[in-house]
Amino acid sequence: MPIDLRNRVTAVWLFLVVATVVSWMLGTDHGVSSEKVAGVAVLAIAVVKVRLVGLYFMELRDAPTVLRSMMEVYSFGIGAMMVGLYLYA
Amino acid sequence: MAVVDVAPPEDAKKSKHIPGEEGVWVFIFGDMMVFAVFFGVYLVNRGRDPELFATAQDALDRNLGAVNTLILLISSMLVVLAVRSVKSPVRDPRTTLYVLGAFACGIGFILVKAFEYHARIAAGDTPATNDFFMYYFVMTGVHLFHLVIGLVVLTVLWRLSLKPSLTPGQASFFEGGACFWHMVDLLWLVLFPLLFLVR
Repeated sequence: MPIDLRNRVTAVWLFLVVATVVSWMLGTDHGVSSEKVAGVAVLAIAVVKVRLVGLYFMELRDAPTVLRSMMEVYSFGIGAMMVGLYLYA
Repeated sequence: MAVVDVAPPEDAKKSKHIPGEEGVWVFIFGDMMVFAVFFGVYLVNRGRDPELFATAQDALDRNLGAVNTLILLISSMLVVLAVRSVKSPVRDPRTTLYVLGAFACGIGFILVKAFEYHARIAAGDTPATNDFFMYYFVMTGVHLFHLVIGLVVLTVLWRLSLKPSLTPGQASFFEGGACFWHMVDLLWLVLFPLLFLVR
C-alpha cells in the first residue's frame, strides 16, 4: 500500500476515534442545549463514520464504481432516513 | 529512488479491485439492508413514545457503549494492517498478532456486552419490560450474533495468516472476511449512537 494511502487510513482511523468521543459528549449533555440538535448531529456523525469505514477500511474507494456507489447511497440513505424519522416520526 | 518525470502510462493507473469474492458483497450489503430496516423500525416506534424511550435509554451505560465502539475501531484497524500485510510482497511478521489482536478485541466487546446485559437484567430491565428494551436487546443481540460469526471468520483469517504465502483465492477470502469484520464494526457505529445517545 503506498505511503500516502497508509497515512490516510491512519488519519481516517484517528478521525473515527475523535468522532466517537464527540458523539459521546453530545449524547451525554456536554455543551449542546437542544436534544434535537444533538440528536441530529450524532446521527450525521454516525453516517459519516459508516461511509469512512466503507471507503477506507473495506477499501471500496478503489472498488468498481457499482460497489462504491452502493456504499455511498447506503450511507446517505440511512442518514436521511434516520434524521427524517427522528425528527418527524 | 529515481525521480520519474514522465506521466505514467494509462495501464499503470490503479485498476478497480473488488475486495474479496463478489458473492460476499451480496451478503454484506444484504445484511446492512436488514439492519437499515431495524434502524427505521426503531425510530418509528420511538416516535410513538419518545419520553418512554428517553427515560429507558437513561438506564444504559453510555460509557460502556463508547468503550465498545473504541474496541471495535481498534479491531478494525488491526484487520486493516493484517490485510495490508497479506496483500503486500513482504509479509509483516506481526500479521498473526494483528489478527489475534482483533480477535481479542472481539472477546473484549463480548465481555463488556455481557456485563451490560447482566446489569440491565439485574435491575429488572428485560426485553419484556417495554418497547425500548425490546429493541435494545434484540438489536444488540443480533449484532452480537454477527460479531460471534465474525470471530469464527477471524479464526480462519488467523489460520491463513500462518501460511507464508496465500493463493489468490485465499487472499480474496482474507479480504472478504476482513470486510465482514468491518461490517460488524460499521453496524455498531450506528447502533451505539442510535440506541445509547439519540433522545
